[in-house]
Amino acid sequence: MSAREEILARVRRAVAGAEDVEIPRGYRAGRPAEGAVEGLVELFAERVDDYRAVVHVVPAAEVPAKIDACLGGRRVIVPDGFGRAGGWDDLDTADGVVTTCAVAIAETGTIVLDHGPGQGTRAQTLVPDYHLCVVRADQIVAGVPEAVARLDPARPLTWISGPSATSDIELNRVEGVHGPRTLEVIIST
Amino acid sequence: MSATFLGMPGNFPENSRKAVHDSQLRFNLRKATHTIRGKRASVVGELPDWQELRAAGKAIKEHTLRNLDRYLIRLEAAVTAAGGTVHWARDAAEANRIVTGLVKATGETEVVKVKSMATQEIELNQALAEQGITAYETDLAELIVQLGDDFPSHILVPAIHRNRSEIREIFLDRMPGVSPDLTDDPPALAEAARLHLRERFLRSKVAISGANFMVAETGTLVVLESEGNGRMCLTLPETLISVVGIEKLLPSWRDLEVFLQLLPRSSTGERMNPYTSMWTGAVEGQDFHLVLLDNGRTDVLADEVGRQALRCIRCSACLNVCPVYERAGGHAYGSVYPGPIGAILTPQLRGMSSELDASLPYASSLCGACYEVCPVAIDIPEVLVDLRAKAPHAAAERAGMKVAGWIFNDHRRLARAQRAATRLRKLVPKRLPGPLSAWTDTRDVPEIPEESFRDWWERNERA
Amino acid sequence: MRVALFITCVNDTLFPGTGKAVVSLLRRLGCDVDFPAAQTCCGQMHVNTGYREEGVRLARHFTEVFAGYDAVVAPSGSCAAMVREQYPKLARPGSKGAAAIAEVAPRVYELSEFLIDVLKTEDVGAYFPHRVTYHPTCHSLRGLHLGDRPTRLLRNVRGLELVPLPGAEECCGFGGTFAVKNPAVSAAMGADKTRSIMDTGAEVLCAADNSCLLHIGGTLSRQKTGVRTMHLAEILASTEEAQ
Ligand code: SF4
Repeated sequence: MSAREEILARVRRAVAGAEDVEIPRGYRAGRPAEGAVEGLVELFAERVDDYRAVVHVVPAAEVPAKIDACLGGRRVIVPDGFGRAGGWDDLDTADGVVTTCAVAIAETGTIVLDHGPGQGTRAQTLVPDYHLCVVRADQIVAGVPEAVARLDPARPLTWISGPSATSDIELNRVEGVHGPRTLEVIIST
Repeated sequence: MSATFLGMPGNFPENSRKAVHDSQLRFNLRKATHTIRGKRASVVGELPDWQELRAAGKAIKEHTLRNLDRYLIRLEAAVTAAGGTVHWARDAAEANRIVTGLVKATGETEVVKVKSMATQEIELNQALAEQGITAYETDLAELIVQLGDDFPSHILVPAIHRNRSEIREIFLDRMPGVSPDLTDDPPALAEAARLHLRERFLRSKVAISGANFMVAETGTLVVLESEGNGRMCLTLPETLISVVGIEKLLPSWRDLEVFLQLLPRSSTGERMNPYTSMWTGAVEGQDFHLVLLDNGRTDVLADEVGRQALRCIRCSACLNVCPVYERAGGHAYGSVYPGPIGAILTPQLRGMSSELDASLPYASSLCGACYEVCPVAIDIPEVLVDLRAKAPHAAAERAGMKVAGWIFNDHRRLARAQRAATRLRKLVPKRLPGPLSAWTDTRDVPEIPEESFRDWWERNERA
Repeated sequence: MRVALFITCVNDTLFPGTGKAVVSLLRRLGCDVDFPAAQTCCGQMHVNTGYREEGVRLARHFTEVFAGYDAVVAPSGSCAAMVREQYPKLARPGSKGAAAIAEVAPRVYELSEFLIDVLKTEDVGAYFPHRVTYHPTCHSLRGLHLGDRPTRLLRNVRGLELVPLPGAEECCGFGGTFAVKNPAVSAAMGADKTRSIMDTGAEVLCAADNSCLLHIGGTLSRQKTGVRTMHLAEILASTEEAQ
């Protein structure tokens, strides 16, 4: 018998006669997004800030200028579809990366990249030491269930909550290990 | 890593006695566990629907285990459709053989690893080493353990038993090219690890990971982490091999909405961990292999009481809150799974034929703190008690328990025994003999009263 | 109300004063207290040490002895939890034993539950002019979910100054046979617990379980701390006249 068949047979023997259970889903889900409710932008900004990331809330028209100000003289990767000219091409020598995102979660201060247009490859948002992410207010949802509902599992996804960190030394959080040490977020309203 | 847990001698009481007398260890563990307990309590307290999430988490896992065959087949189909290759491993040896073969086929002799309990359980690093392949752990704590030729002592923070100055010494001693001016400031230590691993990440062609969750419906694998070493390993190499226990399944994509709330808050005590990676099959041109591991899990599944241990999402909340773990440390459990979950999982996975494994179900005061924090509501005390009934018992203890049972079976016998004790009350020594000396080593014995309650009642009330 | 006292084997043998206190307290509150003489032990030590067979026999004995009472009151959170929480897991579903357990177990109360939930009283008219700290034993806290019932009762005791115990919810390290099977860890837990108790400056440590008090009290006494231990029942039974 192949390992596959044997494991499946063992499983069937093990659970034979066991009862199945209903899954109670009494937790919060399906909450309205920003636009339908007030306050998600503020909550998101506050929660991102809690991770010691830098947050700017900026009217849409002023976003390009804000990006310029944030990037300063950095050599940054600008992924396809971001809509900004003059990016740096070499991953190994880039100082940073600027991206959009797929969805953002207010309650946890999380941004999620699905690496679609404007979001770069997984490596592009990982290797450079600085990540600037532009989040549109209408991309902000209340919590994790609302984010999961919006995402496409067929795409690779990267959930980012603050800069890279470790709690491995005495369980104290220290920012900056292998991922970008600086995360900056512009919320476009 | 040359250190191996298998066949470790000793037993829990002895191992923990040594730990109890190690004041540095006691201090490190107390500090770390109390810090994380506080953080967990505050972020869990933030969610008004924590108990509902916990109930859902428990039920999703129960349902998955009940239908595990169906969901494994579904997962296999989804991963395969997305360009991945699925392998099945009955036990550790088979899993190690598969992984070693896959690495050899790439022609590489070095692999980078993301922290994974499953690969520690099967001692993959040793198996690779025997075939001339070097595995580099990239998680900071794993790196500390690996460089120090040490054992992991915690699920989430394997080097929890080390404080910053010990870590500094290990780095100075064992990390090639480290600056001799390295301080014990945690950011400086993290920076040293960053520099040490940077090149390796960019160079490595093969990575090995585990996974926190696998979604049967979509074939998606999920890894939660903090440092970015996971992202490095999952993203940069050309070949990715993930070794995952068959119980890590979730039926549907939607189920992640529950577990991505339960796990980070229970584990690091954060609203969300810094990075979570999800991928389905072969992504961005990578070669992807999934090794599904049984290694005793189906035996656990067959046990009606014990099977709940398979719901575990390895958050380590039960370790952090456990008063026994806090004082005994992780090494006393002699397994990659320490603490309360280890005390119920290790004897089920390995059996109780060794002295150490047979002592694990007793490594608990049954205080119930673990059950209370467990995000998937595993009734750890219930499983411990059940395992104790199956554990081998020493002959002297068995005889004593038989006598006690015989006395308790009849109130007249009990009354006679009490009267005998009363007659001897003046003779009870300050230090008791035999196994009871364990009591009087640190505690006084109570005075035996002149009369038991039942005799008092008989004299005053029935008359 | 016809109330049966389940004294528990530890109290019966080592702490008869606790039993006497329960009797006088319940009578003061108007209960008709009976002590079924055939009672022995709930079987917890056997079950929790891995001797299920003996434990099941004792559980059967318990259900026979206590059948037919309106309420069974135990001055022990641990033994009450054994009957209410663990007994149902010992019998085969649908068996005669399961039915007997289902009949008796819900009427078994730990003392403070009985006072507050059944007798609906928080002020039992006690007087105890001392500085007291309260340790919520694990089975009271996480098994029976007694919550603040014991401390509500203590707060209503005249003259009593209740001081909070730091880290109160942490296990004292007794754990039944754990105390002798894992003596080093048990003693370390006990030492930390006594340190917290000393920090409160209390004269008396109170709990709803004499088994934990046996361990903590034995440690306090060995360390010559001068702090004494008292069961909740004994404090609640104290009155001004008796002082
Ligand atoms: S048993 Fe529960 S609390 Fe312990 S690690 Fe597993 S999921 Fe977490």
